[in-house]
Amino acid sequence: MPDADAKKFTTVSIPTPLFHKIEERIKGTGFTSVSSYVTYVLREVVAEGETQGEPFTKEDEQRVKERLRALGYLD
Amino acid sequence: MPDLNGADLINRVLPEEQRQEVLSRALLYPRLKLDDEKVNEVYNVCQGVYSPLEGFQGSTDFRSVVHSGRLSNGQPWTIPIVLDASAAEASPLKEGQTLCLWQGDLPLALMHLDEKYAYDKAGLASGVFGTTDPKHPGVARALAMGDVLLAGKLDLLQDPDDPYSRHKLTPVQTRQLFRQKGWRTVVGFQTRNVPHLGHEYVQKTALSFVDGLFINPVIGKKKAGDFRDEVILDSYVALMEHYYLPERVTMSVLRQEMRYAGPREAIFHAIVRKNFGCTHFIVGRDHAGVGNYYTPYAAQEIFQDYPDLGITPLFFTAFFYCRKCGSVANEKTCPHDGSLRIDFSGTWLRKVLMEKGEPPAELLRPEVADAVRKWEHPLVEEA
Repeated sequence: MPDADAKKFTTVSIPTPLFHKIEERIKGTGFTSVSSYVTYVLREVVAEGETQGEPFTKEDEQRVKERLRALGYLD
Repeated sequence: MPDLNGADLINRVLPEEQRQEVLSRALLYPRLKLDDEKVNEVYNVCQGVYSPLEGFQGSTDFRSVVHSGRLSNGQPWTIPIVLDASAAEASPLKEGQTLCLWQGDLPLALMHLDEKYAYDKAGLASGVFGTTDPKHPGVARALAMGDVLLAGKLDLLQDPDDPYSRHKLTPVQTRQLFRQKGWRTVVGFQTRNVPHLGHEYVQKTALSFVDGLFINPVIGKKKAGDFRDEVILDSYVALMEHYYLPERVTMSVLRQEMRYAGPREAIFHAIVRKNFGCTHFIVGRDHAGVGNYYTPYAAQEIFQDYPDLGITPLFFTAFFYCRKCGSVANEKTCPHDGSLRIDFSGTWLRKVLMEKGEPPAELLRPEVADAVRKWEHPLVEEA
């Protein structure tokens, strides 16, 4: 399905000096292009800002610790 | 290090106030009964083991995973997580409906049916397993699947019945546990075997570079000749008790079917361990392989295609016992002739454990051998 695949990516502009710095940075790593590295970094940043469901509260944390103690994982 | 509080983890467990209400109406939803392996998949999705998945995959993600080893948004994901049904089962179900998934008589989860779709089984086998040979156990299972896939988000109503719940932790719990232990770096070890000195060597070598070791045996459907789940657990309990520092190691089981998809499954295993909070993951020779379908280090080479995985693989070459070195060694550390080496093969291990008499202590810990031998039938038998 070439049409669907073609829409999966779009273009974002970044300053040329930054592009070259990233090119240098990814040399010798598994990243094969600046795009793949930038996608990875942005995905991490975006994921950090997203929370799934309710935030993890102190009460939740206490409940988890109690469960771990009950199972013998914590003293 | 992944967020210890689990903010990046999917949580599809229905809140208590909604749970009771839904349970009281469970019989009113269209009903779908799950086998044990699908029950495990539901639990793994809902408890965040399979983050970022929120349910069984739809056709877009399915095709993307099969063909490119990534979700349609580009995130690494190499094994389709799908719910198959026969045409007769799927026929009365309508997209947009909410279904109740059952484990026997237990209402397990709600599924919001977004899509039902046909798929190419040979394409699935070829993409994921690299072969369409029906002798491959993963291919055989794929070819035996129902003709329709059902997709949609899940909401867990209650944890499944599980004799191993005492040894089962969710990713939120493991991350909390690692934090309580003060571990900033944790290496995950996937296993489906009784541990011999070779495994111990690999684990302790990896542990030398990180704060903690997370042993994570796979419990679930296996092939004939594999060690039974309870035997593997007992043997690890014995090993940990006698040969590991308790403040440096922990273990919990992973309820998951082995696919024997070699390299693809190695990536999948690494993603799961990242979700548990591991920063590193051990990948040995022929990880998750079967027969001669994959080259010995294919499961390591594939990591080159996933620099964005978010967990660091630790690669190990084949290891063996060298009589001249007088220790476990590998191809990078031992200069001696092959005739001086004893290979730790699965066949060797089963033979040693089935024989009378004490196994060589330099190859297998006596406490581990005792833990296995207390079982009359330690191996999975032909169905």
